[in-house]
Amino acid sequence: MGGTGSGKPMNLTLHVWRQAGPGAAGAMRTYAATDVSPDMSFLEMLDVVNEGLVARGEPPIAFDHDCREGICGSCGMMINGQAHGPWKATTTCQLHMRAFSDGDEIVVEPWRAAPFPVIKDLVVDRAAFDRIIQAGGYVSVNTGNAVDGNAVPVPKTDADAAMDAAACIGCGACVAACPNGSASLFTAAKITHLGHLPQGQPERHRRALRMVTQMDLEHFGGCSLFGECQQACPKEISIDAISRMNRDFVVASVMQAEERQVAGAG
Amino acid sequence: MNMFAAFWRSTIGKKVVMAVTGVLMIAFVIGHVSGNLLVFRGAETFNRYAALLKGVGGLLWAARLGLLAALVLHVTAAYQLTRAAAAARPAGYARREPQVSTWASRTMRWGGMLLFVFIGLHLAQFTFGWFDHATFSETDAYSNVMVGFRNPWWVLFYEVSMVALGFHLFHGAWASVRSLGVARPSGHPLHRRIATLIAVGVWLAFSIIPLGVYAGIAKPAAGPDTTAALPAAAPPATP
Repeated sequence: MGGTGSGKPMNLTLHVWRQAGPGAAGAMRTYAATDVSPDMSFLEMLDVVNEGLVARGEPPIAFDHDCREGICGSCGMMINGQAHGPWKATTTCQLHMRAFSDGDEIVVEPWRAAPFPVIKDLVVDRAAFDRIIQAGGYVSVNTGNAVDGNAVPVPKTDADAAMDAAACIGCGACVAACPNGSASLFTAAKITHLGHLPQGQPERHRRALRMVTQMDLEHFGGCSLFGECQQACPKEISIDAISRMNRDFVVASVMQAEERQVAGAG
Repeated sequence: MNMFAAFWRSTIGKKVVMAVTGVLMIAFVIGHVSGNLLVFRGAETFNRYAALLKGVGGLLWAARLGLLAALVLHVTAAYQLTRAAAAARPAGYARREPQVSTWASRTMRWGGMLLFVFIGLHLAQFTFGWFDHATFSETDAYSNVMVGFRNPWWVLFYEVSMVALGFHLFHGAWASVRSLGVARPSGHPLHRRIATLIAVGVWLAFSIIPLGVYAGIAKPAAGPDTTAALPAAAPPATP
C-alpha cells in the first residue's frame, strides 16, 4: 500500500504472552485488535488494544518503549517468530501495521533468554547488557579541558567501521533471535566500536577479556554463527564484528599471560 | 596453565578450540579421501598405499593420537556449548521463524552425533576388523573394502553418514574461519565458496567409494579368493 494514509482499517487477532510478574507463571492470551489503521506503528496498535483493556478493567499489556523513533533500543518483542517483526533493519516501534493484512493472527512474545528474565508481559530485564558494558565498554580519559577536535587523527575507514558498530542500540534482538541465546553480536559490536578507534587502543585487550568474561558470567550461550542475529539486528550490524571480537579475545588471552610474566605474577 | 584454563572456560575459547580441531580434521578428511580414491586403481596400488601408511610407524601413531585428541576436544567443547545454549533459553518461543540460518547450521549437533557414531563403526570395521573377522586381513585393506561394501546396509550407512559429513563441513569449514577471527570482513558474511567446494568435493569423493564397490566398478582382486596373495606389495617387516 505504501502507507499513504488511505489504507483500509484491519481487524487482527493477537496472541500475547501475559505474565503478572517476574516469578509468576505466564500464558498466551488472545485479543482482538479491531479497526487498526495500516499507518499505526506496532506499538500504537498495542496502545489502542490497551485502551480497550483498561476500559474493561483489565491490566494493560506491558511493553518497553521510549523514543519510538527506532534509536533508543527500549522496545523489542518477538512478533510472529521474528525479533522486531517482519521488516528488516526496523525496531518494533518503527514497524508499521501495513506489514500485516486484514485477518492476520499475530503472535507476540517477550525476548526469551535466561539472562533476560521477564519482568512483566513483554518487558524483560536487560541489565545483563549493562553489566557487560560496565565490564569494559568504555575508554578511560583524563578529565580536564576538552581535547582539540582533530588532535587524534582517525582514518576514515576506521571511523566508518567504528560508527557501524556503534549503531548498536542494545535492544537485545540478537539474543532473542539466536538459537543459542548468545549475546555475541551485542558484545562484539561494543568491543569493535571502541577497538577500531585510536582512543580505544590502550584498553583494547583488557576490554575484550573483561567483556567476554562478563558475557559468559551472565550465562548467555556461545556463538554457532547461525547468522540469525545480523538478520534480526535493527541496525544491521554484521557478524564480521564477532570474528573481530574472537580475534581480539585470542590475542588478549595471550597478551595477558605475557603481562603476568612481566609483572612476575605468573 | 591458568591462561589455558581461563581460555577453555570461555565460550569463545571453546569455539576457537572447536575451530582449530575442526580445521585439522578437515585437512585429515581431504587427505583420507584422496588416498581412498586409489581403491579405483586396483588392489595392488591401494594396498601399497595402505602399506605406505603403516610403514611410517611412529608418525602414523602421532597422527592417530593427534586426531583422537582433536576429536575428543571437538566433541567435549560441542557438548558443553550445547548445554550452555540450552541453559540460555530454558523457555522457548511459541512461534519462531528462522530467517537466514542454514539447515546445515541448525543440524550441526545431530549431524555431529551421527558422525561420532560413524567414526566408531568405521574404525571397528576397517581398522579393528570386528565385523568381518573371517575375511579381515591386516595387510589386505583392498579386500576388506570389497567385503565390507558388498553389504548394502553398510553402503547405505556410509552414504547417509557422508551426506551428514557434507552438511557438517558446509557449515563447519566456513564457521571455523570466522570463529578463529581470521576471516576477512565481507559485505555478505554468510556467503561461502570455499566451504561449499570442500563440502561438495569431500561428500562426492567419499560417497562414490561404497557405491563404486557395490556397483562393481572397483572389483575384487583377480581370483575367487578375495584375500588373494599380494605380489610382495606389503613387506611384513614389522617385528
